Amino acid sequence: MTRIRSAGLPLLGAVTALAIWWAGTVVFGIRPFFLPAPPDIVAAFRREPAYLLREAGSTVAVTVTGFGIAVVTGLLLAMVLTAWRALERATLPVLVALNSVPKVAVAPLLVVWLGFGAQPKIVLVVLICFFPVVVATMAGLTSTPVELSELSRSLSASVWQAYVKIRLPWALPQMFVGLKVGISLAVIGAVVAEINNPTGGLGAVIVLSGTSFDTPLAFAAIALLALLSTALFYLVAGLERLLVPWARAISG
Amino acid sequence: MIVVERVSRTFPARSGSVAALHEIDLTVAEGEFVAVIGRSGCGKSTLLRLIAGLLEPTSGTITVTGRAVRAPSREVALMQQQPALLPWRTALGNVLLPVEMARQPRAEGAVRARELLDAVGLAGFHHRHPYELSGGMQQRVALCRALIQRPRVLLMDEPFSALDALTREDMAAQLQALHLARPATTVFVTHSIQEAVLLADRVAVLSPRPGRVREVLTIDIPRPRSLGRSAALPAVAECVAHLHDVLAESGDD
Ligand SMILES: Nc1ncnc2c1ncn2[C@@H]1O[C@H](COP(=O)(O)OP(=O)(O)O)[C@@H](O)[C@H]1O
Ligand SMILES: [Mg+2]
Repeated sequence: MTRIRSAGLPLLGAVTALAIWWAGTVVFGIRPFFLPAPPDIVAAFRREPAYLLREAGSTVAVTVTGFGIAVVTGLLLAMVLTAWRALERATLPVLVALNSVPKVAVAPLLVVWLGFGAQPKIVLVVLICFFPVVVATMAGLTSTPVELSELSRSLSASVWQAYVKIRLPWALPQMFVGLKVGISLAVIGAVVAEINNPTGGLGAVIVLSGTSFDTPLAFAAIALLALLSTALFYLVAGLERLLVPWARAISG
Repeated sequence: MIVVERVSRTFPARSGSVAALHEIDLTVAEGEFVAVIGRSGCGKSTLLRLIAGLLEPTSGTITVTGRAVRAPSREVALMQQQPALLPWRTALGNVLLPVEMARQPRAEGAVRARELLDAVGLAGFHHRHPYELSGGMQQRVALCRALIQRPRVLLMDEPFSALDALTREDMAAQLQALHLARPATTVFVTHSIQEAVLLADRVAVLSPRPGRVREVLTIDIPRPRSLGRSAALPAVAECVAHLHDVLAESGDD
């Protein structure tokens, strides 16, 4: 019963929202150029599926590459910065400040510096999801409870053992908080970069469909983005459930 | 076995420093069970952490098994107030942590870990995670973890104080049985007079600010003792009453 409810209620909500939207366009006679109804969007997709999927693939490539780079460098940097208390104290406020700079504002500059290829897009994605990963991982690595660090000292654990067996696993749940924020931001970063520099990707589809007054196509691209973003988020969330099943149990 | 000689420890505080312990003397013989009682803040945990090598004395010397304490030793096991279990490990995995840290063969350790878990009544729970266990069960796992290396010295810091009264009694009884079966030299910090009298060969009373040993009382009551039966014995009542008096005197200055 609860199972049916947990899956059924969100579905019911989504279907209702779609129905209201559709009914609205019909009742008020809104033209598809202004606000396309769901069938117009489906039609737009069926008109050019290959094009849309290719551009979606390019957005995924930019997102995943940028996110991957940000995660690898972010985790390493967090580990280095939390190795010494003084270094962590000195750098954490700077990182938090950098985290709050709106990175999308540098998108035009990246084009100036790096040209029109995939590079400026990937760099923007890296910039936008790097800081949440670093900050969250640092928080996790510095939150080991006193009783656990005392336990590892009393067991004469080596530095390496204490890190691998206690400190790192303890940091995983918070690290995943950073990863989930990061993956959502990564998609946004990719789209902003593509809109700014429309040489490919779903962001470019939106820009180009605007110049040709093809609003249903823009909506089809937006719908694909939403799907893509959700799928990537649940991929990371699924990885979390696989790697740290205990985190849900102790926090919930 | 454990010799604490004129040990003081001060901590830096906002205004100058606090003397947590002042010139403490305490000797615990091989296989002896000594309980330390006192009000909170009188330095019981500090004393234990000094013996464990987690903290250095400001002055004085501590020797354990004939050697001066400089760092934690694998012959000494510590059991804290919180179970301090790793949430991603099962009960068995948690008990095996010291074995892994000492880089000893896991298979041999696992045999002993299972025996210990069975002995404390966790036979069906070897593969449960801490969040699936009650507070009392978690603390039992912590007890097994402390015992897995057959430590010569066992240091326990109010290990049962977060548990309900009935669970405490159970755990005290199990600890007594384990101690009788294989007596490790034990220092057991508690703020329960009953627990101290049930378990200890001697009870050291600490008085606060700065922490000093006020009195050491020998408990001459035959074992095994039990809270239910022994409470009625005149000797037990006398010890409990005496400790009450000492604690009351050492209280508010
Ligand atoms: N790491 C520390 N830093 C500063 N003060 C401490 C520290 N540990 C203990 N103290 C102080 O030393 C005194 C004794 O503490 P503690 O040994 O924890 O007492 P108990 O375990 O008997 O409650 C207290 O006044 C406490 O505030
Ligand atoms: Mg204490």
